[in-house]
Amino acid sequence: MELDAKIPDGPIAEKWTRHQFEMKLVNPCNKRKYKVIVVGTGLAGGAAAATMGELGYDVHCFTYHDSPRRAHSISAQGGINAAKNYQGDGDSIFRLFYDTVKGGDFRSREANVYRLAELSVNIIDQAVAQGVPFAREYGGLLDNRSFGGAQVSRTFYARGQTGQQLLLGCYQALERQIHLGTVQMYNRHEMLDVILIDGRARGIVTRHLLTGEIEAHMADAVVLGTGGYSNVFFLSTNAKACNVTSIWRAAKKGAGFANPCFTQIHPTCIPQSGEYQSKLTLMSESLRNDGRIWVPTKPGDERPANDIPESDRDYYLERLYPSFGNLSPRDISSRRAKEMVDAGQGVGPLKNGVYLDFRDAIQRLGKDKVSERYGNLFQMYEKITGEDPYSVPMRIFPAPHYTMGGLWVDYNLMTNIPGLFAIGEANFSDHGANRLGASALMQGLADGYFIMPLTLGNYLVDAPSGGVDPDHPAARDAIRECVAIQERLLSTGGKRSVDSFHMELGRIVWDHCGMARNESGLKEALKRIPELREEFWRDVKVPGSGADLNQSLEKAGRVADFMEFAEIMCWDALTRDESCGAHYREEHVTEEGEAKRDDENFLHGAVWEFKGVGEEPVRHEEPLTFEHVPLSQRSYK
Amino acid sequence: MKLKLHIWRQTSPRSKGDFQAYDLDGVSPHMSFLDMLDLLNEQILEEGGEPVAFEHDCREGICGSCGMVINGIAHGPEKLITACQLHMRTFKDGDEIWIEPWRAAAFPVIKDLVVERASFDRIIQAGGYISVRSGSAQDANAIPIPKADADRAFDAAACIGCGACVAACPNASAMLFTAAKAAHLSYLPQGQTERLQRAADMVTAHDEEGFGNCTNHGACQEVCPKGISVDYIGRLNRDVLKATLSGVEVTTR
Amino acid sequence: MRRVLTLYRSSVGKKIMMAVSGILLFGFIVGHMVGNLKAFQSHNGDGTHPLDTYAEFLREVGYPLVPEGGLLWAFRLVLLAAVGVHIIAAIQLWSGARTARPGRYRKEDSQVFSYASRTMRWGGVIVAVFVVYHILHFTTGHAHPDFEYGRVYDNLVIGFQNPLVAGFYIVAVGALCLHLYHGLWSVFTTLGVQNRRIDRIRRPLAAAISVILFLGFTSVPLAVLTRILTLP
Repeated sequence: MELDAKIPDGPIAEKWTRHQFEMKLVNPCNKRKYKVIVVGTGLAGGAAAATMGELGYDVHCFTYHDSPRRAHSISAQGGINAAKNYQGDGDSIFRLFYDTVKGGDFRSREANVYRLAELSVNIIDQAVAQGVPFAREYGGLLDNRSFGGAQVSRTFYARGQTGQQLLLGCYQALERQIHLGTVQMYNRHEMLDVILIDGRARGIVTRHLLTGEIEAHMADAVVLGTGGYSNVFFLSTNAKACNVTSIWRAAKKGAGFANPCFTQIHPTCIPQSGEYQSKLTLMSESLRNDGRIWVPTKPGDERPANDIPESDRDYYLERLYPSFGNLSPRDISSRRAKEMVDAGQGVGPLKNGVYLDFRDAIQRLGKDKVSERYGNLFQMYEKITGEDPYSVPMRIFPAPHYTMGGLWVDYNLMTNIPGLFAIGEANFSDHGANRLGASALMQGLADGYFIMPLTLGNYLVDAPSGGVDPDHPAARDAIRECVAIQERLLSTGGKRSVDSFHMELGRIVWDHCGMARNESGLKEALKRIPELREEFWRDVKVPGSGADLNQSLEKAGRVADFMEFAEIMCWDALTRDESCGAHYREEHVTEEGEAKRDDENFLHGAVWEFKGVGEEPVRHEEPLTFEHVPLSQRSYK
Repeated sequence: MKLKLHIWRQTSPRSKGDFQAYDLDGVSPHMSFLDMLDLLNEQILEEGGEPVAFEHDCREGICGSCGMVINGIAHGPEKLITACQLHMRTFKDGDEIWIEPWRAAAFPVIKDLVVERASFDRIIQAGGYISVRSGSAQDANAIPIPKADADRAFDAAACIGCGACVAACPNASAMLFTAAKAAHLSYLPQGQTERLQRAADMVTAHDEEGFGNCTNHGACQEVCPKGISVDYIGRLNRDVLKATLSGVEVTTR
Repeated sequence: MRRVLTLYRSSVGKKIMMAVSGILLFGFIVGHMVGNLKAFQSHNGDGTHPLDTYAEFLREVGYPLVPEGGLLWAFRLVLLAAVGVHIIAAIQLWSGARTARPGRYRKEDSQVFSYASRTMRWGGVIVAVFVVYHILHFTTGHAHPDFEYGRVYDNLVIGFQNPLVAGFYIVAVGALCLHLYHGLWSVFTTLGVQNRRIDRIRRPLAAAISVILFLGFTSVPLAVLTRILTLP
């Protein structure tokens, strides 16, 4: 596997500008002759499809939703970072770059991250011009807040619905191009495979979710903006349909999968209320600004929260991290919460949460002020749990939320398969081992609006174009494979539901490759996952037929891919014999119990090559160098 | 809790649907309404039947996928939430619950509780945007926008496109949806240039999709999970009137 | 004209036309009610009644500048046109709505609409039937047992002495006022005349006007039935 990151020469601040000039251009009149497939309509896919349509390419855009507006980017709450320095508090492109590299615990590419910080300012301009109603000050200028422990206020937000508003801006731009005829939209089409001809990506196989028709769509380039794979854990804050299928099938066709074990756990979600629950709800991290996190000192304390005296409470984050306290980074807060629950100090009917208490904030600020800041979140919490957070502390617990790993891409966002691009959460490029708050939206949109549309032309100029139709043998083979998988799922005739398998897989991955990992657990998982996969194919029950809307069949296909993917994730976690960012190996901790990196041996991205189901995948490395951000140990004491 | 469910089952867009009754035991009051349907589907699967098809995705009230008429009310009896945010503690043991799909000619039923809402996309295509190319925008702080206007724009922009307004409207009108998008953009300075054209085009698209007209019942506002106000409809009406009087031609499509 | 037709083609346009014609008809109704109250005036010295003189005045106003009855007929034509537009637009909108909503829900929930808004269409039909009867009754006399041209007051008292006629009149006026209540407040939305103050007062305002009109109109038949108004 050849892994050339193609990082342009020159000083870091000039790389992107220089690269834009050096890239080859497609003549404006010729653009419409190039057909590009975009899969996914979230911030990355939607923005890329709209912008490439604006440029004049013949764009064909696919989503499994009924409308492009439903993509999961819509659920992002907190905000989007940009180095605008509107607050005049000393922010700069370099500072955002620096924070992101450091936050990613030195496992990302400096050049990519610098470009991301550079483009962040254009994103805000673009979004405002589209009519995204960001929060404003009374003077009419844009408001910012400090987010996720950043030392400057650089986060732009639209109430608690920033993702929704940015996605709608992007969706509207996309609909405009659909209206103008430059983008053809395929709703309710799920991508099942990528078609390679002469080693290049030349099309995809899709299943029409209403008619069941499996067909090939050919193109000159394929862009995957299909999001992350947190649903491998079954319970996550991802939308129910989020899946790994498109990037996993690409990996099976030879695309390198980078750092699959880098998965982020969000500290403030509402704990599961029972086995039946299939989806966790995230509460904005901003709650940690005023809420105090604690558990009873005594394990198994059955008293109601308000009856537990101060002396019997352990405000463990404040105790362990006196300077950051309740605002400690996501991975640290999450891990500590898990430790408390594991030690039997968990709270709530299932003893599966920790308290996030606003009693002191209400005393200090008054109920009105607290309600003004968090009213809608409190209301949401009450709707879900039936408890009033003004009088009883909230219960929270960490949940899988975002995946930093993804398809390996070079500086042009192209995978090692020529013509196959991956953008947004689907690639691995910018967040290293841990993503900072309010950076996911930034990366999706930078990739979609500003990078992908330009690097595409550079590829197309030298690539073969046109001349392949859906009858090409490669397309027919790919279709045949997809049909075979579907037939097999439908004809297994087993007894267990797809969900029950997914739940069991999720439990294995969560226990052994979740917030904390160790060698024996990962080996155990690598033993159990193939067993479960074998049972899945023997005993899964998928009712109905493949010829119409069959939600069980859709789920079965996605879970089948998770069953294979989970293994590569555990391989990655096992072989990365260090702790870094969100990847926490219990064998590698500092004296204070923090993640301990091994820069000597692991200063690289791990890129996995698929070798067959059940076969051990091959690990490749892309070495990383840090010239601008000196390697250092994170410390939040 | 034990419940008696009457659920609309329909195998395809052209077939005739009907209610089917199910007894469901073991429902916890902490379940969400969709968790409850998941439980039912597991039971149906065990008995060898085909699970009830319903749309859902984020399950936190923002994606707009889910939607069903529960006991005659779109998204169920609780205000300001979607079906996925409705929890079973709203019901009590032994309750009978009638569950139906949105009913509107412009939202044909695909299967069971799933309807096709692509007509909403086509209304947006007609003009629900500000025409700006990626990369052509000026600095974001170049035009200050009074906070009140930005807030009003946001209130309208909160629409999740679920279609409850259409489902609840006795005329199956999508004016609340259309007006919310028009209002979101018309409260902002960036949206002024295309304002009248947008109003004329979006209303034309709305009519062509086969939605009924608004007769100011206000049912849409009552069921809207985001509490979007019917006042926006008046604002859109005024823009349509202005557009016609100033001779704006509807863009032919 | 072309612009008006373009406007009419859209559903919003039809509603605007309904609103404008509705406002015209509302103006007429207010005038009519005020005119009716002349029934409570006492007879003129010559045995005629002010109501008769008023009717005579309506016929002659503008003469000789326009032919006798000219303004009255012009006014009637405008009203007729307004009624026509109001009804045709209503039927078109209704049929559009029926196509848009093919099926009903098993359990319709009625709490979310007001009674007045749900009865707009049937209320409208009742009002239309009543108007036809009302014209045949008091204007042309075809439906009046003892009609005498020009003797408006006598026709009115004789007409309302029949409790069935008076009852129907009161019920129909009730339907009309309910219709007006919803029409009046929703006209603000339809025409987009909105601000916070208007939003606050429009419903109470519509209700107050409707009640005043109801009391004004029904006072006459009630007065006849209770023998406050009698033949001389």
